[in-house]
Amino acid sequence: MREANNAVAVSVDNLCKDYAGEKALRNLSLTVPAGSLFGLIGADGAGKSTLLRILATLENSDSGSARVLGSDVHKDYRVLRAALGYMPQRFSLYSDLSVGENLDFFADVFGITGAQRRERMEKLLDFSGLGPFHKRRAGQLSGGMKQKLALCCTLLHSPRLLLLDEPTIGVDPVSRGEFWDMLFALRNQGVTLVVATPYMDEAEKCDSLLLLHQGEILEEGTPDELRRRYPYALYRVEGRGTLHFPVGKPPQGLAMLYPLGGVLHAAVDKFSGKADETVFWRDIQAAVPEAVSMSPAQPGVEDVFMRLLSERPET
Amino acid sequence: MNGAASIETRGLTKTFGTFTAVDAIDVSVKRGEIFGFLGANGAGKTTAIRMLCGLLTPSSGAGKVAGFDIMRQGADIRTRIGYMAQKFSLYPDLTLEQNMRLYGSLYGLPRRELRDRIDKMAEQVGLSDKLSRKTQELPLGWQQRLSLACANLHRPEILFLDEPTGSVDPLSRRRFWDMLHSLSQAGTTIFVTTHYMDEAEYCHRISLMASGRIAAEGSPAELKSRLDCASLQDVFLKVMQKEARLGNGQAGERK
Repeated sequence: MREANNAVAVSVDNLCKDYAGEKALRNLSLTVPAGSLFGLIGADGAGKSTLLRILATLENSDSGSARVLGSDVHKDYRVLRAALGYMPQRFSLYSDLSVGENLDFFADVFGITGAQRRERMEKLLDFSGLGPFHKRRAGQLSGGMKQKLALCCTLLHSPRLLLLDEPTIGVDPVSRGEFWDMLFALRNQGVTLVVATPYMDEAEKCDSLLLLHQGEILEEGTPDELRRRYPYALYRVEGRGTLHFPVGKPPQGLAMLYPLGGVLHAAVDKFSGKADETVFWRDIQAAVPEAVSMSPAQPGVEDVFMRLLSERPET
Repeated sequence: MNGAASIETRGLTKTFGTFTAVDAIDVSVKRGEIFGFLGANGAGKTTAIRMLCGLLTPSSGAGKVAGFDIMRQGADIRTRIGYMAQKFSLYPDLTLEQNMRLYGSLYGLPRRELRDRIDKMAEQVGLSDKLSRKTQELPLGWQQRLSLACANLHRPEILFLDEPTGSVDPLSRRRFWDMLHSLSQAGTTIFVTTHYMDEAEYCHRISLMASGRIAAEGSPAELKSRLDCASLQDVFLKVMQKEARLGNGQAGERK
């Protein structure tokens, strides 16, 4: 394990957590560099929320240790709560209070008063674009705006580390983009962010990430490192109209074939030469009649995840 | 697909006080079609779905869902549709079979027929060997399939799915869409909302709602070529930007 120092915001060593015999986390170890945007990528039940709650000092692990901003999450929880911001999946905004009143409430909770309160509230309203809506009741905000307000409430005490649990679930693509712009801005100001998300396009935006599945780490690294470790040659198959799933004999060398957006991705054992590729393309055309072209593709985090999941027992 | 309409509305409108949540929308979905209903948060999707499901009476407009009048026959509509929400309404401490039995009974399926349908449905979603397991013991991907099986047990003409794949892993999401395609091929109409634009690509046709109106509609391929976009994600962004320019409010903002 690396020693906690200024360059490390979070270090976790062999963390385990059970809920009534169900393993939520299995020997999890990880390091989050200070000032980075770190993604916890996985589905429900992957252990993302459990890990975030432990880092937020709201829950204890069964074994293992975790240090956040140089302090132990178990022993130094009082210090840590003032230094970190945690946005749970269901953030408690008061729906019958206005945007401004919600911010006031959280400023009270964190003991922020006077000129400092006014200054920070103004800055956050400006930062989030919620300024024109500060008199609107939180209950009347759209899903995306609610999440921005929740983020502002989490930022009032100027935390150095932000823990965000699926902040963009159920948020439309436009608002998701705006929310991530706020996260990038915070990262550029030096804040460390740990963000849990099931969205693969958001995974691509992280500096480094963990792929989590049922309490275990499947893979970790920067998106580029994950791409480099991908063992197959990946091809993108385009076609006319809706591409149908292949029927009949799978082409020689094919490891996986699946839809991704409007195209199919074919993962293949690396070819020894151009001739192999030609044969493979002929086989693909036979299996997928709508296919019109095939070209090499860069694997994304989703392709990496698909490959790792396919090698495990069905979930 | 036999071409007959499962859902057909004209000028469907719902107002709450001075706020128009759904503003004269025309929706037309053919039998067996997978129809994706997209839009920004607060665009009126939920209100529209509630009207189509017979849970909310429209303020004005006309239409038919599964052959019943949307203005007067909400209760009849509800017997001919299946509904699956993002949060699965399953009882965690019941077995899979008990959950299915409960759903079947709620829809008034006779006991003898229920047995047969549970077996067939379980087979269709790949859960036959797990019927005696407790629901809470299963991974989320399986619970999602069980939820689909429950919503489909009474063989509804139309399945409404409201963000059905919220937070499952990429592999389970694809298996789930495989099942939707099989159901569609067997003639079930699928009406689905999602914020995953790659899933929207798997629909036969999609419509994009903004500020209570339908801002764009067509097959994924048509929309991409009409708006000159490489992906539906770009289509979505482009349509929303256009709406904002037209003064129809920022994405998701209520006026």
